[in-house]
Amino acid sequence: MNKIRTQLMLCGGTGCHSTGSLAVKEALNSELKRRGLHEETQVIETGCNGFCAVGPVMLVHPEGIFYQKLTLDEIPKLVEEHFLKGRPYKKLQYVEPASKETIPIMNDIPFFAHQMFWVMRNKGIIDPEVIDEYIARDGYFGAAKALKELTPDQIIEEVKTSCIRGRGGAGFPTGLKWQFAKASPGDVKYVLCNADEGDPGAFMDRSVLEADPHSVLEGMIIAAKAINSHQGFIYVRTEYPLAIKRLEIAIKQAREYGLLGKDILGSGFDFDIEIYQGAGAFVCGEETALMRSIEGKRGMPRPRPPFPAHKGLWDKPSVLNNVETLANIAQIIVNGGKWYASVGTETSKGTKVFALSGAVNNIGLVEVPMGTTLRSIIFDIGGGIPKKRKFKAVQLGGPSGGCVPEQYLDTPVDYEAIAKVGAIMGSGGAIVMDENSCMVDMARFFMDFIQDESCGKCTPCREGTRRILEILNKICDGKGEPEDIESLKHLSYIIKDSALCGLGQTGPNPVLSTLRYFIDEYNAHIYEKRCPAKRCVALLKFEIDPEICTKCGLCFKSCPTGAIEWKKKEVARIDKSKCVQCLTCFDRCRFGSIF
Amino acid sequence: MNENLQHSDINNDMMAGVNEIISLNRNKPGASITVLRKCQDVVGYLPVELVGYISRGLNISESELFGIASFYSLFSMKPKGKNVIKICMGTACYVKGIKEVMNRIGNAYGIREGGITDDKRFSIESVRCLGACGLAPVMVVNQDIHGAMSSDKVLDVLEKYH
Repeated sequence: MNKIRTQLMLCGGTGCHSTGSLAVKEALNSELKRRGLHEETQVIETGCNGFCAVGPVMLVHPEGIFYQKLTLDEIPKLVEEHFLKGRPYKKLQYVEPASKETIPIMNDIPFFAHQMFWVMRNKGIIDPEVIDEYIARDGYFGAAKALKELTPDQIIEEVKTSCIRGRGGAGFPTGLKWQFAKASPGDVKYVLCNADEGDPGAFMDRSVLEADPHSVLEGMIIAAKAINSHQGFIYVRTEYPLAIKRLEIAIKQAREYGLLGKDILGSGFDFDIEIYQGAGAFVCGEETALMRSIEGKRGMPRPRPPFPAHKGLWDKPSVLNNVETLANIAQIIVNGGKWYASVGTETSKGTKVFALSGAVNNIGLVEVPMGTTLRSIIFDIGGGIPKKRKFKAVQLGGPSGGCVPEQYLDTPVDYEAIAKVGAIMGSGGAIVMDENSCMVDMARFFMDFIQDESCGKCTPCREGTRRILEILNKICDGKGEPEDIESLKHLSYIIKDSALCGLGQTGPNPVLSTLRYFIDEYNAHIYEKRCPAKRCVALLKFEIDPEICTKCGLCFKSCPTGAIEWKKKEVARIDKSKCVQCLTCFDRCRFGSIF
Repeated sequence: MNENLQHSDINNDMMAGVNEIISLNRNKPGASITVLRKCQDVVGYLPVELVGYISRGLNISESELFGIASFYSLFSMKPKGKNVIKICMGTACYVKGIKEVMNRIGNAYGIREGGITDDKRFSIESVRCLGACGLAPVMVVNQDIHGAMSSDKVLDVLEKYH
């Protein structure tokens, strides 16, 4: 047998796939072969590494050296330098933006150094398509313990001790949920996994499924034993083809190993899992709607009670957990609930994964212990705001959440603390906005989303969100009137109070939270017909202020339609008949001279 | 099985595919969404007549199946262009300027969201967050993901698709 000296853990997540990691893999393999290194060096495609911003990325084992932004042209040089001559190739290493210092070791890079990997403990370390690698990392030990050593009550007790709360957003205690489902009478019960990650700007669940699908299956097996269910479903978005593929492989391998199916591990317990692909409806992330959708119907929520723990899928008692919640379960069973509860704040334990994106340097997946401040996530891990722009707000919780402005950045990651400042923990989307984002326009963006995704069953949500959107459109178009602010508030509170499901009840949150913190921007739109962030096209003149213009010509060079006239040492001018109002020049101008 | 459907966008091979999907799923509870998805993969979109045909095949009412097909955004009852442009409307893409990219495409090819060009070369649709926020703003043409789009780059990319 060949002795493998070095393993190249190449990221095969969706982000790196689309920046060309598959081609890089081929190039690496052929270059290693050409150099005669292919027997001692192995290229392994892993799941999402998390540092999507600098993809394709690769980790070299055992040294732990991190390479980023791999391109086909650089591969021969990389192989020659590092794997033939044994000196790491600096050109592809991470450079700290502030200090300009090259950091070779992955765990020294601030993006990784401030994180704590529990849910993502296997990301980038194992090949997600090989079950043995998961097992080698103590995989399925939790399931074995639950099936052979623990009673359902003991499992539930352990999960309750851990104090883990639902990671889908609402934060309901998982142990309690299981206890209700267990107590429900009935022979047929279901364990469901919610992988319908619909919040725009959230990709935690996708990454977990792509990097470590077995951890989710294991969590479901343990849940099944706890409530005595024999059939599980994973409801996954059809927009995630790679996650679906990896789940299919994982389920097949688990069946072959006797970890799913009849008499699992000789325990006499039967459980199997099916994948159900969603068809693109945000509301199906709501539990009762998700169940209707698996039944093959329009995914519309129904009033609760009866709660799914009593009457869920096909009217049978069901437990529905989020991907991230389930991925925590095996470790809770192996290490104990007390171990899990040792990290976090008073009411929120363990870790939370965030999908950090938007106007931030280090875009990617971030797992931090509960209690970490938002400032630390954005500035220590995220590396701050690019282009020397100013931080404005971070949006948490997607369309159900809200914005947290600068003055509350020291809020810790904690269900209650985040709710207090008007946002929600949510599933983990964290979109950073700089001074170039218009908060009225953001409120409009989310309302457009909610209005479009409203299932139409209840009137407050169907009609109310549309009326809110109309008002916001009016304000962005420069036709806002002073009384619009009151109307927005009034409508928002009515919808929150009277909508049928979570989508409607939380839908007005982005409006309320921007009204709370950014009323100045609303006022500027309404009274001065001015958009301070210069995003609302109807409020822009597309002219250049000669006082501010530095005559640099950047706008001229970037204009896609040649609408800008400029000569050296002259102020630029926009020809409005050619201008298509694409805002490229606004983005390019570093001095804010275009208005 | 009812008599094969005659439709200008559905050839015999497609029809055989549709029939097979229906017969494999006829007695499965809750299969309607799966059947619609697979049939759409075969035909490219779901002509209204096809929805009726499938409903008879699955023995559920046409109105119920139409209700399902119109509810989920994955299903399209309008034909698509030779190249399908999907614009990610996630928050990260929005913050980074996807709206401007969309406007640029619209201006250049004279199409709006959900539309198709006269020569059927492109159809354009907005999609929900693709979860590739690290690459924002993201545009997908057919199966190719194009990240870090901007209004000045987008037309160069699209010109490669004929």
